[in-house]
Amino acid sequence: MIANLSYIILLIALACAIYAAVMAVLSVVQRRPDWLQSAHRAALLTWPLVSLTMAGLMYLIATNHFELDYVASVSNRAMPLYLKVTAVWAGQPGSLLFWGWLMASFSGVAMLRKWDRDQALMPWVVLVTMVTLAFFLGLTATYENPFARLWQTTGGETLTRLFQPAGTLPFIPADGQGLNPLLRHPGMVFHPPMLYIGFVSFVVPYAFAMAALATRQTDDAWIRTTRRWTLVGWLFLSLGLILGGRWAYDVLGWGGYWAWDPVENAAFMPWLTGTAFLHSVMLQERRGMLKKWNMSLIILTYALVIFGTFLTRSGVLSSVHAFAQSAIGPAFFAFIAITFVGSLLLLFRAWDTLTSDNHFDGLLSRDASFLLNNFLFMGITVIVFLGTVYPMVSELLTGTKITVGPPFYNRTTGPVFAALVLLMGVCPLLAWRRTSARRLGRVGAVPLVVAVVFVAVLFALGVRSAGAQVGLGISLFVAITTGLDFGQGILARVRMAASSQRQESVWQAIVTLIDRNRHRYGGYTIHLGVVLMAIGIIGTNFFQQQTQGQIKEGEQLVLGRYMVTYKGLQTTMPEADKEVTTATLSLYRGGQYLGDLHPSREYYLSSGEPVTIPGVRNSVEDDFYTILAGWDQDGATFKLYVNPLINWLWAGGVVFILGTLIAAWPRKAES
Amino acid sequence: MSTLKKVLLIALGALALLAAGRVARAQTDTPPGTPLSGAQAAPSADDVNRVARQMYCPVCENIPLDVCPTTACEKWRETIREKLAAGWTDQQIMDYFVAQYGERVLANPSGRGFNIFLWVIPPVALVGGAVFLWLFFRRAARPAAPLAMPQAPAEPPAPADEYIAELEKELEKRR
Amino acid sequence: MTASPEQKPGRRFPWGQLIALVALLAVLAVVGFRLRSSSAGPVPLMSPAPDFSLTAYDGQTYHLAALRGKVVVINFWASWCQPCKEEAADLENTWRHYKDRDVLFLGIGYVDTETEAKAYLQEFNITYPNGPDLQTRISQAYRIRGVPETYFIDQAGRLVFVKIGPTTQAEMMSVIEPLLTK
Repeated sequence: MIANLSYIILLIALACAIYAAVMAVLSVVQRRPDWLQSAHRAALLTWPLVSLTMAGLMYLIATNHFELDYVASVSNRAMPLYLKVTAVWAGQPGSLLFWGWLMASFSGVAMLRKWDRDQALMPWVVLVTMVTLAFFLGLTATYENPFARLWQTTGGETLTRLFQPAGTLPFIPADGQGLNPLLRHPGMVFHPPMLYIGFVSFVVPYAFAMAALATRQTDDAWIRTTRRWTLVGWLFLSLGLILGGRWAYDVLGWGGYWAWDPVENAAFMPWLTGTAFLHSVMLQERRGMLKKWNMSLIILTYALVIFGTFLTRSGVLSSVHAFAQSAIGPAFFAFIAITFVGSLLLLFRAWDTLTSDNHFDGLLSRDASFLLNNFLFMGITVIVFLGTVYPMVSELLTGTKITVGPPFYNRTTGPVFAALVLLMGVCPLLAWRRTSARRLGRVGAVPLVVAVVFVAVLFALGVRSAGAQVGLGISLFVAITTGLDFGQGILARVRMAASSQRQESVWQAIVTLIDRNRHRYGGYTIHLGVVLMAIGIIGTNFFQQQTQGQIKEGEQLVLGRYMVTYKGLQTTMPEADKEVTTATLSLYRGGQYLGDLHPSREYYLSSGEPVTIPGVRNSVEDDFYTILAGWDQDGATFKLYVNPLINWLWAGGVVFILGTLIAAWPRKAES
Repeated sequence: MSTLKKVLLIALGALALLAAGRVARAQTDTPPGTPLSGAQAAPSADDVNRVARQMYCPVCENIPLDVCPTTACEKWRETIREKLAAGWTDQQIMDYFVAQYGERVLANPSGRGFNIFLWVIPPVALVGGAVFLWLFFRRAARPAAPLAMPQAPAEPPAPADEYIAELEKELEKRR
Repeated sequence: MTASPEQKPGRRFPWGQLIALVALLAVLAVVGFRLRSSSAGPVPLMSPAPDFSLTAYDGQTYHLAALRGKVVVINFWASWCQPCKEEAADLENTWRHYKDRDVLFLGIGYVDTETEAKAYLQEFNITYPNGPDLQTRISQAYRIRGVPETYFIDQAGRLVFVKIGPTTQAEMMSVIEPLLTK
C-alpha cells in the first residue's frame, strides 16, 4: 500500500515538474506573469512530494518489504538501520530517485531566493531545473522503478513489474540479498550523497547561464547570483572525490586510492571544468573578460555532469563501479544530445552579446595566469576524456577491446598537473594586469632558490627520481610563495592593529583579515591544501614499496625498513551473517617494536563475497599497509605496502575542505 | 629582506631538509625482499606481481591482475609463475596473455596500430591548445603601443603597500 | 572560445563554433554506436551463425564455414566455471551418441589457462575437440554473457537454438534429433 502510494506521489511530482516547465515557457511566449507564478508554485511543490516518495522508500526498506524487487536486492533482515538508509541509494532505481530528490531540493532553494532584480530570468531557470528534474523522475517512474514488485509465473520465472502480470502470483522472498559487502562502510554513507550534491549544485548556475543567454542579459549578474552555488557544488564534489579515494584506500585493499577507473574519471571531469570555471569567473567579475569562455565552461560542466551520470549507468563502460546495464542508456543519451546541442545553439545565438569589456595588459599578469590555469585544466580534461572514451572508439573502429590503465593517465597528466601546481605558486607573485619581468624575478628569486637548493639536497640524499624531485621542488616553491603572501597580509594587519587607536589582539586581527577577504584567503588555504595533497601523491606514486609472501606462524616478511612477524589467525562471527578472519602481525622497524596490525577478511554468508580490511599503521612519513590475501595449510599469504607520505594527502584534503568552507561561508554583511 | 622573513625562510628551509631526509630514506631502502626464513624457489610472489600488475583480469571489470581475488585470477597468476620459472621474460608472458585473451588484458595499451592515437593525441592537443591560446591572447591583449602606456601604472605597488592601503580604507570604515 | 574584443565590421566565419559542434557530434556518434552495440541482445535465432576458426588442443583447426552439412554444437566453457562441470558428462555422452551421424561437438574454452583446461578435459574424459578462444574473438562474435552457453547450428549454418546455462543430454537430444531426421 505504501509502495503504491509512494509511486502515485512520485507521478504527481513528475506532473508538477512538467507543468512548471511548460507554464514557464508559455508565460514568456504569451507574456502572462500569473502563469509564471503558477509555474513557480508547481516547482516549489516538487520538493515535498519527492521527499514523501523518498520517505516511503526508506520506510519500505526499513520494514523489510521484500516483495519489492529493489528492497530485496539491496537489503536484508540482518542489516543495521544506518545501512538500510544508505541502501536507498545503493542501487540504480533508488539512486536515481535520490538524484531527483536533490534536484528538487536545490531548485526549491533557488525558487525561494529573492527574484526582485532578475524576474526576467525566472522562467528559464524554472525551465532548466524542472526539465532536468522531470528527466530523472521520469526515469524513476518508468524504467527504474524502485516500487516495482516481484511476481512469479507458473513456469517458475520471476518478473519485476509494478502491476500484476496475467498468470502470476506475488512472490515475497523470505529475506533480501543484502547490500554488497564493499558498500557496507561509512564511506558509503557519505561518498555518493556528497558527489550527487556536487553534481546537482552545478545545475543551478547552468540554469542561470541559460537564462542569461535566453534573455540576452549576459553581463555579470548571472555569475554573481550563482557564485555561491558554484562554490558549494564544487565543495561537495571535491569532498565526494576525496571521500571516495579514502574509502577505496580503507576497504578495497589494493593499497591505493585512485585507479583512473572510467567511473572515477566520469566524476573527476566535471570537477576539473568546475575548478577552471571557478577561476575564470573571477576574471569576468573583475574585468569583464572571457564571457564566451565562461558560458562554454558552464555548459560543458553541466554536460559532463549528466554524461558522467550516464556513463556509470548505461553499460557502455566496463567498470567496477558501474551499475548493471539497463534500458536507460538510450534515454540518457537522447537527453545529453538534446541539452548539449540546445545549449550550444543558445550560446551561438547570443554570441555577440558576450564581447569582452577589457583587454589583457601583459603576459606576466595574474589575468594571464588565470587564462593559463584554464588551459591546463582543459588539457587534463581532454586527456582524461580521451582515455575514458578511447576503449569505445577502438572497439567501434577496429573491433578490438583495449583497456586504458593508470600508466597512460599518470604519464600524460602528470606533467600537466605539475605545471598547474607551479602556476599556483607563481600566481601570488604576479600583480593584476601587468608585472614586469624584473619585479617577478625579484619576488620570485628567493622561493625559487630555496626550492632548487631543496631539490639538490634531495639528490644528495639519494633521491633519484626526476619526477619526484621536480614535484617536491615545485611543492615547496608554492608553499613558500603562498605562505609568504598569507604571512604578509597577516603581518600588515597585525601592524595596523598595533598602531591604531583600537585595541585588537593578534588573533582578532587575523580573523578579521580572513573574514574580509574570504575568497583570497580561502583560496590560499585551498592552494596550501593542494600542495599537501600533491606531496602525498608524489610520495605514493614514486616511492611506494610492496611485497607479497606466504609465511607460517612465527615466520617473517621484510619490506624496506620494516619487518612483520606472523603471530596467528583467528576466525569469529560477530554477526549472524558475517564471518571474520583476522591475522595478527607484529611490526618492527630497525629492531624496534611498533605494535600489532590486524588485517582481516570479512565474509558475508548471504552474498558470498569477501571484503579485505587492511591492517594499517599510520604515521607522518608513511603508512604501513597489510592485507591478508589468503590462507591454507602452508601458511598465510600477506600483501604488504609502504605508502610514503600518504597521510599528507588526507591532511591536505582536510585543509582543502577547510579553505573551501572559508571561501564559501556567507559574510554577515552580505545580502 | 626583513628579519622576520629571513627567520621564516630559515625555519622553512630546516623543515624542508628534515622532510628531504625522510623522503630520501624512503627511496634508498633495501628493495622488497623475500621472506627471511626458508629458501624461496624463484620466482617469488613479487616477481609474479611485477608481471601481473601490468595486466588486468580478463573476466572481471577493470581489476588489475595482481589484486584480483577470484579463483580464476589465482590460476592466471599461477600461469605467470610457471612461465617465469620456465625462463620466459616479462614481455613474452604479456605477449602470451595478449595472444590468448586479447589486447584488453594489458593495462598499458601497446602503441601498435590504432592505439598510436591514444599516445599521439594528448601532446598534439596540448601543443595545439597552446598555439590557440597564444593566438587568442594576442588578439585579446591590448596593443603594445607606447601611446597606451600612460593609463597603466608602470609598476604596480608592492603587495605590502597594497595591503596597507586596503586596510587603511577598512579601518576608516570601521571608525 | 574565440573572442573578438574589437567591434569588427562584418562577422568572421565562426570556425570555433563549427569545430565545437563537429567534435560534439563525433563524440555523440561514437557513444551512440557503442550504446547500440552494448545493448544488442544475443545472436538472433535462424540467422547465420557467426563464422569462426578454432584450433583445438589436438592441433587440428576447424572452420565453421567448412562444416556445412553437419550439425554443429558449440559449447562455451571454462575450467573455473562451476556450472560447466554439471553438464560436462552430459555433453560427452551426447557426443558419443551422435558421433557417427554427422554431428560435431566443439568445446570453446573461454578465457582459460592451458594447464587447467587440459586437466578439466581429462577429468571428465572429454573426447570431442576443444580449443582456446584466442583473444575471445569467438565469444565476442556470439556475444555470450557468461559460461556455460551452448549453441546449436544446423546443416545450413543457421543458429537454431541457444541454451544459456548448463544443459542436459535429454535437452540436447531433443534439439539435435529433429535436425537429423529432416
